[in-house]
Amino acid sequence: MKVLMLGWELPPHHAGGMGIACYQMSKELSNHGVDIEFLLPYTADFKIDFMKVTPTHAQSVHEVRNAGGVYDTANYGIIKNYAPGSLDLKKQHDLFAHNVAIMTESREFDIIHAHDWLTFRAGLEAKRVSGKPLILHVHATQYDQSAGGFGNPEVREIEYMAFMMADQIFAVSEYTKSVIVEHYNIPANKIAVVHNSMDVETSINESSNLHEYLKIMKNNGYKVVVNAGRKTLQKGLTHLIESARLVVNKNPKVLFLLAGGGEQENELIELAAEYGLSKNVIFEGWMNGTGKPWRDSFKIADVFVMPSVSEPFGLAALEAVGYGAPVIVSKQSGVCEVLQNCFKVDFWDTHQMADMILSLCENDSLAQEMWKNSYREYTAQNWTKSAHVMHDNYKKHAGVVA
Amino acid sequence: MKSIVLYLHAHQPWRVKPYSVFQAGSDHEYFNDQSPDTDTNNQFIIDKVSEKSYLPTNRVLTELLLKHPEFKVSLSITGTLIDQLEMWRPDVLQSFKELVATGKVEIVAETYHHSLAFFYSRSEFVKQVAKHAHKIREMFGVTPTAFRNTELSYNNDLAYWADEAGYKAIITEGWDPILGWRSPNYVYRPTFTNDIKLLMKNYNLSDDVAFRFSNQGWSEWPLSAEKYAHWLSEADGAGDVINLFMDYETFGEHQWADTGIFDFLKAFPDEWLKTPDHTFKTITEAADYYETKDSIDVPQTITWADTERDLTAWLGNGMQTDAIQALYDLEGAVLKTEDAVLIEDWRRLQTSDHVYYMCTKWSSDGDVHAYFSPYSSPYKAFMYFMNAYRDITSRLLEKGMTL
Repeated sequence: MKVLMLGWELPPHHAGGMGIACYQMSKELSNHGVDIEFLLPYTADFKIDFMKVTPTHAQSVHEVRNAGGVYDTANYGIIKNYAPGSLDLKKQHDLFAHNVAIMTESREFDIIHAHDWLTFRAGLEAKRVSGKPLILHVHATQYDQSAGGFGNPEVREIEYMAFMMADQIFAVSEYTKSVIVEHYNIPANKIAVVHNSMDVETSINESSNLHEYLKIMKNNGYKVVVNAGRKTLQKGLTHLIESARLVVNKNPKVLFLLAGGGEQENELIELAAEYGLSKNVIFEGWMNGTGKPWRDSFKIADVFVMPSVSEPFGLAALEAVGYGAPVIVSKQSGVCEVLQNCFKVDFWDTHQMADMILSLCENDSLAQEMWKNSYREYTAQNWTKSAHVMHDNYKKHAGVVA
Repeated sequence: MKSIVLYLHAHQPWRVKPYSVFQAGSDHEYFNDQSPDTDTNNQFIIDKVSEKSYLPTNRVLTELLLKHPEFKVSLSITGTLIDQLEMWRPDVLQSFKELVATGKVEIVAETYHHSLAFFYSRSEFVKQVAKHAHKIREMFGVTPTAFRNTELSYNNDLAYWADEAGYKAIITEGWDPILGWRSPNYVYRPTFTNDIKLLMKNYNLSDDVAFRFSNQGWSEWPLSAEKYAHWLSEADGAGDVINLFMDYETFGEHQWADTGIFDFLKAFPDEWLKTPDHTFKTITEAADYYETKDSIDVPQTITWADTERDLTAWLGNGMQTDAIQALYDLEGAVLKTEDAVLIEDWRRLQTSDHVYYMCTKWSSDGDVHAYFSPYSSPYKAFMYFMNAYRDITSRLLEKGMTL
């Protein structure tokens, strides 16, 4: 089975969870004997031996990142124009599709597997040129990224057209499947759920932690609540700040660490300050999602909260369990489906969220029991099951066409 | 007798380096940015401002003091600046000492750390004023008799305090809503006080120099010493004193040498003194010499900043008030440690500039703020400041203090 996989990023040069998921699922699929060639729009040293990684265009990751990423739909097309000379996101997108079409002509494969909207048009081009079946992998939609709004109409159009024309759709959760059915009017039987997973081995064992200040505070009875991710509307962090206000009112010895940068960061800093929470809410700024500061921010957590307004999956919550924290996740997240031993709350229910945070901070018995059981779910969760679903669908579609 | 009171304020804060939460708890040096040519490298700034402003300005002032027996200057210089000059530019400190040694330069009292302590902790405020007075005696051998609070912030309470503390004079902004129909060109009495006198800045004539001098879009540009002296003479027709209050750094730093500001400074006293009845006085001399014309009531706090002339440049948004409140909440624990280094670090963070950098007023005043900020955004300023605050709290906890 030969698969032409189309993606926008791979670790260590990635901006979010999608790059990690692409890497780990490809690795597992290759263990199942799938022969993958991964096309992406920049050259870099990935140190990957289980599949062939081919750039479609000779440019550095910085050139692609400067144009924007899969999460920067506001930078695409009519919404925003870039300075002349550099390729904007739309040009990057068009160039990728153009080059993939050319590269398709000289390649033999059975299936096209494309990840998220920036690669969908390239996927359609590859299908047009080769006549091979196209599978779209949906990690996030415009609906999610605009937190339940319409988002960028051009991106929405690309998604809608591709969903209509694809042979098969993989959704990272039942939740995402329901979004595609309800908000894009795609028949449910066209969509298979392929849950994300987190390789346990990625949780590196290190004894020291860079957070000296937080260690001192913890020694003095403080608890640390962590959220890690992009500061953007989708992530629901204003709700976390609202909850923080309620929590700190009851227990001033709870600190909130918000790791990661994003366009909403300044707004959140001001909101926290207006609520008089500057002592308690800590902003870390943008960090590389594979570096030690990033890992240490997970590891310092007594509680991890992911209050996303619409989260297709939410790998960060699994990651947090892996690093040792009990988690609170919004009901509007896909990770809910694979993690039972956690608190689940509507993102807007800030009172209940505060309640849960306080319970976990003030009752070690609860926190320990919840984490212990969630860790069992975390270790049981792996890519094998998801790889089977994908492989079965590959065979089904390759057989139909052949 | 008509007098000009020329008052110059010299100050530099200890700027906080880009300081992350990962440094808090282990790196206790917030003010030691060594990166070359960056605006948070305090030594780099001190060197730059010394060369561009302090040294050339002191040269011109020395010339004027020697040339004209009538020429006088009042000067305030913060403890945080003196400390940095002692460390890096003793030559500049020496040039200030020489100015004061002429006997015609008055040093004005203020808080050592250029803080807003008056509005948050009266006991801390008193300590900082005493520390400053002590430093001034040590450096210049004089005891101040006039008082200015940070950014000329002022209200009835402050005047009452300064009167009780024995100061002869206090200064603030000559703000129209306070003065009403009255002129800033007289000496006044603050309400509820017995002895102290109040001098109020003539902001029109001061800002002609401090803000508008190099503005080519200004209809009066270029401003010659003759023209300016003419305006001053017109103004003196209805008054005793013209209070020209401005930053020391006006000369050479806010208005660069190539604008002609030093030639202007050299020339305008000549022009003013051509009229026989004209002279210069220090703040205390003016307070001693002139009778008060009326009493001035200032229940609210005014400052010399921005179009609002209030504290909103420092305490106008949630980040600013939250950060400063958090800092003053530590007072009891910090002082209890009796750890001189920790106390000094805490006081350096009280310098009003830190909250000024967090200002989000994006009007024409916002441009002024952006010009003075070493950070790329007010949010960055807030983040670094709060991380330094966090390090202070962790040091307190390590010393067994309770917060």
